[in-house]
Amino acid sequence: MLKTFPKGGVHPPENKISKERKIEELQLPKTVTIPISQHIGAPSTPIVNKGDKVKVGQLIAKSSGFVSTNIHSSVSGVVNKLEEMLDSSGYKRLSIVIDVEGDEWLDTIDRSKNIKKEVTASQEEIINKILDSGIVGLGGATFPSHVKLSIPKGKTAEYLIINGVECEPYLTSDHRLMLEKADEMLVGIEILMKAINVNKAFIGIENNKPDAIAHLIEKAKSYKGIEVHALKVQYPQGGEKQLIKALINREVPSGGLPVDVGAVVHNVGTAFAVYEAVQKNKPLFERVVSVTGKNLNQTANYLVRIGTSVNELIEAVGGLPLDTGKVVNGGPMMGKAIGSTDVPVTKGTSGILLFSEKESKRKDVYNCIRCGKCVSVCPMGLEPFLLMTLSEKAIWDRVESEKAMDCIECGSCSYTCPSSRPLLDFIRLGKSSVLKIIRTRQK
Amino acid sequence: MDSTILYTIISLTAIGVVSAMILYVVAQKFKVIEDPRIDDAANSLPGANCGGCGYPGCRGFAEACVKAETFDDLFCPVGGNETMKIVAKAIGKEAVEKAPMIAVVRCSGTYENRQKLNIYDGAVSCAISSALYSGDTGCKNGCLGLGDCVSVCKFDAIFIDKKTGLPVVDEEKCTACGACVKACPKLVIELRKKGPKSKRIFVSCINTDKGALAKKSCSVACIACKACLKACPHDAIVVENLIAYIDFEKCKLCRKCVDVCPTGSILELNFPPKKEKPADENAQKNDISSETNAGVAATIEKKE
Repeated sequence: MLKTFPKGGVHPPENKISKERKIEELQLPKTVTIPISQHIGAPSTPIVNKGDKVKVGQLIAKSSGFVSTNIHSSVSGVVNKLEEMLDSSGYKRLSIVIDVEGDEWLDTIDRSKNIKKEVTASQEEIINKILDSGIVGLGGATFPSHVKLSIPKGKTAEYLIINGVECEPYLTSDHRLMLEKADEMLVGIEILMKAINVNKAFIGIENNKPDAIAHLIEKAKSYKGIEVHALKVQYPQGGEKQLIKALINREVPSGGLPVDVGAVVHNVGTAFAVYEAVQKNKPLFERVVSVTGKNLNQTANYLVRIGTSVNELIEAVGGLPLDTGKVVNGGPMMGKAIGSTDVPVTKGTSGILLFSEKESKRKDVYNCIRCGKCVSVCPMGLEPFLLMTLSEKAIWDRVESEKAMDCIECGSCSYTCPSSRPLLDFIRLGKSSVLKIIRTRQK
Repeated sequence: MDSTILYTIISLTAIGVVSAMILYVVAQKFKVIEDPRIDDAANSLPGANCGGCGYPGCRGFAEACVKAETFDDLFCPVGGNETMKIVAKAIGKEAVEKAPMIAVVRCSGTYENRQKLNIYDGAVSCAISSALYSGDTGCKNGCLGLGDCVSVCKFDAIFIDKKTGLPVVDEEKCTACGACVKACPKLVIELRKKGPKSKRIFVSCINTDKGALAKKSCSVACIACKACLKACPHDAIVVENLIAYIDFEKCKLCRKCVDVCPTGSILELNFPPKKEKPADENAQKNDISSETNAGVAATIEKKE
């Protein structure tokens, strides 16, 4: 029996069309737009001005708090402007626009291809390096990694859990990374283990990636304490809490953190970025992005510089198909449709998904028939139908007492609803309202 | 048989009398003494329980009225001055006259004026849409047209015009309770003075983008050119955060700003159609003295 999480979950069609496409470097764009808020937490503070010359990897915005991180230039060139630009959040936010001139990297970055396996940095050095390099959770949540690695006093981590699940349909960026950069990733995992002082790491991979599982099991033999586990295919296994339950059978308490049960979870992409930062001195300024969709002639996994316009990615796979209905930033389950393709790729962009008009159309909404499907698929054991009604009626205290804040926004409820009710949309509304209430209460 | 009926009647009567005595004693002992004026006041209130006064329901408001020393901060927007007079009489206090207010939609971004850049097909709720992105047009501040204001209105006083996609306030029905103002996530709706004969002037735009950008996304956007600021003889206009705002307390409805606005974002409502000369007479008849007018005109000339 393959391991999985026990409660809820759905199994949408996988559609991993781009899984055979090797990671290619995308051509350098002419300009990049780098938003100063690409992570969860306080936006970074820009430290460059208009007209400044920057090199690849140069710090351009500084961390402005504990939960915040650094941002580096992804290209070399001249800062054109600091202005509010539209990004994938759908809103205009302050961004640094850089005109590309050549491709001049900082001298401190080790650009050689050889794999540096020996970890010499100390625990503290590793965490500082991760903050300096602006590394955030690359699974999509973009939570600053150094925060996760700084274990609060009184708590101890026992296991490092590496998320190679990639349960979102269509997306293949993590899959390709596991196949092509296995050694780098495993060194990255060793570094992470050292940072939180554990000697056991589990890599969880869903069983629809047998090649990656086999490859990593083979490679992991030469690393101490790293185990690879195949998991049953079930969405949302990539959720932190679900993955912990599946791998070590522990349940994160409501409102708690993974470290409360002795686990720290990182994505495979993050592990690779950590390797590059600590061993090669290379900050996070590029990431792998899947460009995929059923009506594309060609799909791809590109290594993209942060700040590249989504337009360039779509052009690179042959342009926007005529019958495109939606362009989604992320996967089909949790991703968000973007209103304009002229938005930059950020640290959290794991894929660009193109839907045809027919595929993307929302179905007509009918009344709730009380079938309870949403309840049975909710991986957090919530009652989505109830939360939606309460949010609609703005009964926020009950939304809170029904544990809306535990919702991980996986969208299984909306996916499964036979009346196609916008359950998650309203739960999100409820969550944001409750969050506001909690914040005012704390003041 | 007979005696059974008799005993039943006697015992039931006895139980009834005893219970009544207990109830009476308890009622006397735990009597809640309430100011009778609360009932009087509550009865004269509209009873819509809309919450527009800021209190939980009409009775809550009546209680507050009785407790309060003055009526300065108390006003029932639905009942208006008439009702407040009756309430004040019932309680035995002085009512404070307040100018009637009305909800005003500060957006003119109709389908014609604002080009749609994408299509929103999510849940029909402005709050949800605005959490996802800035909207389906280039304007980040304007009305989304999904009708959160319509669904919260208890008086059926606001509806979405299908031709323009914008909410329209029914002047007869609007009670200025402010429910729509609170519901609008974009803060498009504002409560303004209703004005004499419902005549009002306001900037029907809240776009805080720079002029060129605002104009590009909507043909009737305020571009913060400050022409109205210069034209206003009463100091009623402020331009802050790239948007003009007319202070309805200071505005004397002279309509000078309406004429100078290059984009037509300042709206005048319920004014008689303009004629060439009578308009000037009107302006003088309105409580603006020609002296102040001349004085301000002179200072403007000096500045220039």
